[in-house]
Amino acid sequence: MITSQAPARSAKRPGGVWLTIAGIIALIAILPIGGLILEASKGSAGLWGHLFATVLPVALLDTVILLAGVGVITAVVGTTTAWLVTAYDFPGRHALEWMLLLPLAVPTYIVAYAYLDILHPIGPVQDAVRWLLGYESPRQFRLPDVRSKAGCILLLGIVLYPYVYIPTRAMFLTQSGNLVDAARTLGTSRRAVFWRVALPLARPAVAVGISLALMETLNDIGAAEFLGVRTITVSIYTTWITRSDLSGASQIALALLLIVVAIVAVERWARRKQRYSIDVRRMRSFQPRRVSLGKGIMLFLGGLLPVILGFAAPALYLLIEAAKRYRFAGISSRIIDEAVNTLVIATLATTATVILGLLAAYATRLRPGQRSSWLLRCSTMGYAAPGTVVAIGVLIVLGGLDQLIDRAALSLFGVSTGLLLMGSGAAVIYALIVRFLAISAGSIEAGLSRISLSLDHASRSLGQSTAGTLRYVHLPLSKAAISAAALLVFVDCVKELPATLLLRPLNIETFATHLYGEAARGTYEEASIAALAIVLIGILPAMLLSRIGRIR
Amino acid sequence: MLLAASALMSPGIAAAAEINLYTTREPALIAPLLGAFSKSTGTKVNTIFLKDGLAERVASEGASSPADILMAVDAGNLVDLVDKGVTQPVESPVLNSAIAEQLRDAKGNWFALSMRARVLYAAKDADISTFNYEELADPKWKGKICIRSGQHPYNTALFADYIAHYGAEETEKWLTGVKANLARKAAGGDRDAAKDILGGICDIGIANSYYVGLMRSGKGGEEQVKWGEAIKVILPTFKNGGTQVNISGAAIAKHSPNKAEAVKLLEYLVSDEAQKIYAEANYEYPVKAGVAADPIIASFGELKIDSKPLSEIVSHRKQASELVDKVGFDN
Repeated sequence: MITSQAPARSAKRPGGVWLTIAGIIALIAILPIGGLILEASKGSAGLWGHLFATVLPVALLDTVILLAGVGVITAVVGTTTAWLVTAYDFPGRHALEWMLLLPLAVPTYIVAYAYLDILHPIGPVQDAVRWLLGYESPRQFRLPDVRSKAGCILLLGIVLYPYVYIPTRAMFLTQSGNLVDAARTLGTSRRAVFWRVALPLARPAVAVGISLALMETLNDIGAAEFLGVRTITVSIYTTWITRSDLSGASQIALALLLIVVAIVAVERWARRKQRYSIDVRRMRSFQPRRVSLGKGIMLFLGGLLPVILGFAAPALYLLIEAAKRYRFAGISSRIIDEAVNTLVIATLATTATVILGLLAAYATRLRPGQRSSWLLRCSTMGYAAPGTVVAIGVLIVLGGLDQLIDRAALSLFGVSTGLLLMGSGAAVIYALIVRFLAISAGSIEAGLSRISLSLDHASRSLGQSTAGTLRYVHLPLSKAAISAAALLVFVDCVKELPATLLLRPLNIETFATHLYGEAARGTYEEASIAALAIVLIGILPAMLLSRIGRIR
Repeated sequence: MLLAASALMSPGIAAAAEINLYTTREPALIAPLLGAFSKSTGTKVNTIFLKDGLAERVASEGASSPADILMAVDAGNLVDLVDKGVTQPVESPVLNSAIAEQLRDAKGNWFALSMRARVLYAAKDADISTFNYEELADPKWKGKICIRSGQHPYNTALFADYIAHYGAEETEKWLTGVKANLARKAAGGDRDAAKDILGGICDIGIANSYYVGLMRSGKGGEEQVKWGEAIKVILPTFKNGGTQVNISGAAIAKHSPNKAEAVKLLEYLVSDEAQKIYAEANYEYPVKAGVAADPIIASFGELKIDSKPLSEIVSHRKQASELVDKVGFDN
């Protein structure tokens, strides 16, 4: 049943070794930010005066509007679809369960590009509208331009809602059916159960999901740039690239980071006293209600809408473009190398990220309190900083380390090691860990929080060590959360661009870097096959994710 | 984990008779050139395509860096490399005689390899035959101009050239005028200007010359032929100058382990053969006098390059970027 209790404080607290582990992970994650602080401290004369006078008023407002819009859309679409497939049984429900994850497979910059084409005055949609209305030329009639804030909000919202859907659905699934039954016995209507029981209980999951979606939004540079939205992230880019002022860009990035940290801290503080857990011994799965066929079809179509908008339409567009490209130029021989590189990098990074995330989350559970909570926050900060910024931080730290190793080896053994970390690809993996530790730690922490603390106490009093308890109690019970975290991180690593682009070794291309190379000179069509490959790689985990959810 | 990664990927230590090329230029554009070079010399060229952060990466790699050649797309980026101290001067009679003085660093730190012009795309039926950049601010174009983000290096270079001609104050007035004439947000890429002219969103646009070659040649697919043919191209000039051009170019890295081979590659890139490949593969203007541009590009008429030296234009970049913010060009 629901328990609301303060963090457990038994007389004998588990070893400080876990706190040390959490500390090391936090250090790994925060080092690149240290690199940035170093860079930022070099100063940038006159930057802030200019920013305050001309850039920030617009950029701040645009960013806030964008975040608010994306937050509302992802929250509404993510929770309603999660409830839809959990509470009702209708034809196609099982298919819908995994289809709703599909937009995850499509990087935001590809969606923006695809919709720019689909909705362009000479694209298929407006052609059809003009044909229906009897207009001949786009000069006589055209729809509003997708290159706008509203367009950007809708596109990002419809692609990012799975970040809310996944944890929320997992939460709904593992909520005790008893609770719902109890509520129903007390005369609560099905709809009221959602508002009064399920949603309040799922609130932590919804919050985690929204915050992930918002971080992705803050990180986005491609879509915002295509659609002409001036976010703070775009300003960081402008300062760095156009004005060649890396120190200034680092300063803006750090300021942005502070804002994000403050928001997260406020959110945490607001629910500091809440702890939701369920009594797993008496857990009974949630029974969806069968509905009439007519209503079932309506529900299915309603659930399908975000899938069509966030996945099917852009994917179909890519498929057509890729087919055209294939007929025109065949398949590049490099595609196999790119596939191998993409998969190897993503697999290594995912494994490392999930292990570190698990350790960090578990340490927080064992040693709840100010210190571990702050260590966890530090570990997950990399997600709040734009990808390029993290990449620059990693570059500063590892580049320096590489030179140090090289010089030491040269003076000690007379052999040059070259660039050990940068040249081997270790730098890319490191950057990906820093970027995505938040996803794994966050999801796993949410998963662990659903396991009642009394189980820990029981296991410990039966003589298990903390590691044993993790192995025999927590791992099996949070398998779904861990797998979900792994798949999210994997898909993100496949899509990730800035860090991979900046830090990879010579002659190594991935699907994403190939795609970006073409996109950078505006020849997207040449990269449509790579783009489609990214989407295909993303689909498989999406399907697996839903299976795991069902087995729980 | 990291060790496993190291084992799986190639080590970063370069062997002999190899050149390591760091480029912000898309690999597909230079692949034919590098292939031709490797074939004739037997020297392997390893490449890494970086978009942003070339200078930062080479700087952080320091003396251990395997980089031999640093290739970049915009004159400003080349100057950044010099400012970061990651290049070294080269004294090569071959390079110096092939490339006009205006298109290389006075101290030999960087060299232009190809050129593109910032041109006017106009609707096929528009009644224009000549055009000055100054006219972009003319109210008669209200709601009719398409252009990409004012913060894009292609545009800041043009605006910096305007500053070089008229000073910051005049440029601000001009930019305000251009902003008022925009048909849509300053966003997207250069080819969107052609596509949007076809789609009836705008009448004229400012974009790069080589995209026209890519579109009209059909290399990007049949739709792009339609975009390319919906426009006519006019080489605009400043009233008291010529057409604004930007370059792609290269520098030798400060700690280049294979400098001699690297200089040979640069010299090859300005040979008649390589310059011809540049012109044909990417529709850029050759930097070497006497090498012909692709017929599509040549059809725009004779290119009269603006007289302001690239180094001077580059020095106004930051100011240009700040003016873009000040007039809210992208808002």
